[in-house]
Amino acid sequence: MARSITYREAINEAIAQEMARDERVIVMGEDNAGGAGAPGEEDAWGGVLGVTKGLYGKFPGRVLDTPISESAFIGAAVGAATGGLRPVVELMFIDFMGVCFDQIFNQAAKFRYMFGGKALTPVVVRTMWGAGLRAAAQHSQSLLPVFTHIPGLKVAAPSNPYDAKGLLIASIRDDDPVIFAEHKKLYDMAGEVPEESYAIPFGEANIVREGGDVTVVAIGRMVNTALEAADELASSGIEVEIIDPRTTSPLDTDTILESVENTGRLVVVDESNPRCSLATDIAALAAQEVFGALRAPIQQVTGPHTPVPFADSLEDLFIPDATRIAAAVKTVVDYAR
Amino acid sequence: MTGTLTQAPTTELTPDALLDAYRTMRTIREFEERVHEEFATGAIPGFVHLYAGEEASATGVCSHLDNRDAIASTHRGHGHCIAKGVDIMGMMAEIFGRSTGSCRGKGGSMHIADLSKGMLGANGIVGGGPPLICGRALASKIKGDGGVAVAFFGDGASNQGTTLESLNLASIWNLPAIFVAENNGYAESTSSTWSVATDDIADRAAAFGMPGVIVDGFDFFAVHEAASEAVARAREGGGPTLIEVKFTRYFGHFEGDQQLYRADEVRNARENLDCLKVFRTRVTDAGQLTGDQLDQVDREVATAIDAAVEAAKAAPKPGPDDLLTDVYVSY
Repeated sequence: MARSITYREAINEAIAQEMARDERVIVMGEDNAGGAGAPGEEDAWGGVLGVTKGLYGKFPGRVLDTPISESAFIGAAVGAATGGLRPVVELMFIDFMGVCFDQIFNQAAKFRYMFGGKALTPVVVRTMWGAGLRAAAQHSQSLLPVFTHIPGLKVAAPSNPYDAKGLLIASIRDDDPVIFAEHKKLYDMAGEVPEESYAIPFGEANIVREGGDVTVVAIGRMVNTALEAADELASSGIEVEIIDPRTTSPLDTDTILESVENTGRLVVVDESNPRCSLATDIAALAAQEVFGALRAPIQQVTGPHTPVPFADSLEDLFIPDATRIAAAVKTVVDYAR
Repeated sequence: MTGTLTQAPTTELTPDALLDAYRTMRTIREFEERVHEEFATGAIPGFVHLYAGEEASATGVCSHLDNRDAIASTHRGHGHCIAKGVDIMGMMAEIFGRSTGSCRGKGGSMHIADLSKGMLGANGIVGGGPPLICGRALASKIKGDGGVAVAFFGDGASNQGTTLESLNLASIWNLPAIFVAENNGYAESTSSTWSVATDDIADRAAAFGMPGVIVDGFDFFAVHEAASEAVARAREGGGPTLIEVKFTRYFGHFEGDQQLYRADEVRNARENLDCLKVFRTRVTDAGQLTGDQLDQVDREVATAIDAAVEAAKAAPKPGPDDLLTDVYVSY
């Protein structure tokens, strides 16, 4: 029987295997060792949610704690990447991009192009995203559209433990800067993950469920929510095809467009805010490229255009759920010209 | 912990080393004076910030560096590039936006880089370089290659959080890093006597647990000596240093700046303080080099800059095929 581990463990294992394979790989971030200056590694946090726990002891000198100075240490990871290392740096919450974004989008993302192809910055920024932990407005955002907008950055958003391991290994081996977005509600999700090392190529979407009636493109945690909706819809005879792009940059446009050509209907699901989002981008792509195949207006299921609220009653309304997704699917199925 | 160096000795440098230093400073000056002239004719597009007047800083620091070592620069980066050994033909072509440029015409004046020379780029973001230099210093420390990394930044960047965070990070990680604050008196048009809360930028070193030193930026020998100590300390594992270099830039913030915010300081600096004049007087008075030797360098440099400008003007611009290369994917 195949081994089952959590999303958190899959990420830890990917880092450990790459650190063992390639001595240029280092890890840094706030509390990433944890307890720097304290007596023992048994006290070490391994990051605020324990994702890097245990690496400090296995790889002495290559797991670095940082002060709470995101500009300096994200920038240091970028600089170290130009100096022959392959840093995996943790930006604890994606919301904290606000205090270090220059080093990501004006420095790391631009070097290769701006320097005429003569610089590589193989840095991975691991960061926690998404709503659902009652963490309120400054610790719950998606923001993936912002990173996806920037040329020179790659963006991965795994929806399950298997993809988390394979995409992180691919990220570490990539010569471009990668934003590796870990959904905070998925850390305890368990799933089958091979022990051996493997890389999932960027820009290859995963068709997680096949179906001929409606194409649903979902991002990150929303893939799982869309699967719930699909089970419910199947009982009423609607077969949904669910596509998980796995990386939003590069985006596998071919797989999305082929599916829409087959089904003629598209629902895009993303917990990001709605304007200038992944949902609008994918909807526009389909409208432009396969307009003739569409049998109904495209539906977008997203968070509202608000900050993420704190109260559970409000946050649950903010996050798209299976009911909203199913309703959107029924809307496109029932549409008649 | 803040010290001041002004009259450093000249005798520790060999005549060849002195000639090299003079050639580098003269190349920077000639390069910048020529870019100033060409910009005025409309031949150079975009934003250009000139380093003339500040040559002793880049030259005095970089004369201690080799290919293990990296520097990060600023929007006023031509001098740092030349001092770190970037080819002036490629630099001039880049400034003219030609395909033969250092960055194939995709970077321009504010982004000239040559990673093979350890030149991590001029940088259009004020305070962009110091975090990167922490990373380069960390890479050298982890690899154990003996390299050091130098962040050049201005008085304006000395007030950026990135710079202050980097000073702290370099200190707690005990990095082989050197921070060179080039205080030319103005962030754009805003005086550093107003914008910097301490009397001197070097005073801030104490807050981050590292030595701070102030040097006369018109005096190559003062810069050279301060950098010598800082580089040696970094290579030996002694951690970072903050060096504040004080001087005046000869041109405006950018080309086209009318400079109504300052009066006669440039004329005074050019006539009485100029780093090339000071250098010439010191080495000829000490009998280390002759005026003829220096004149010969001047002529050679002028010829080389002429050739760089001529080649840049004759070179092709990048074409449509170049628009989409050097980035992983195009949609």
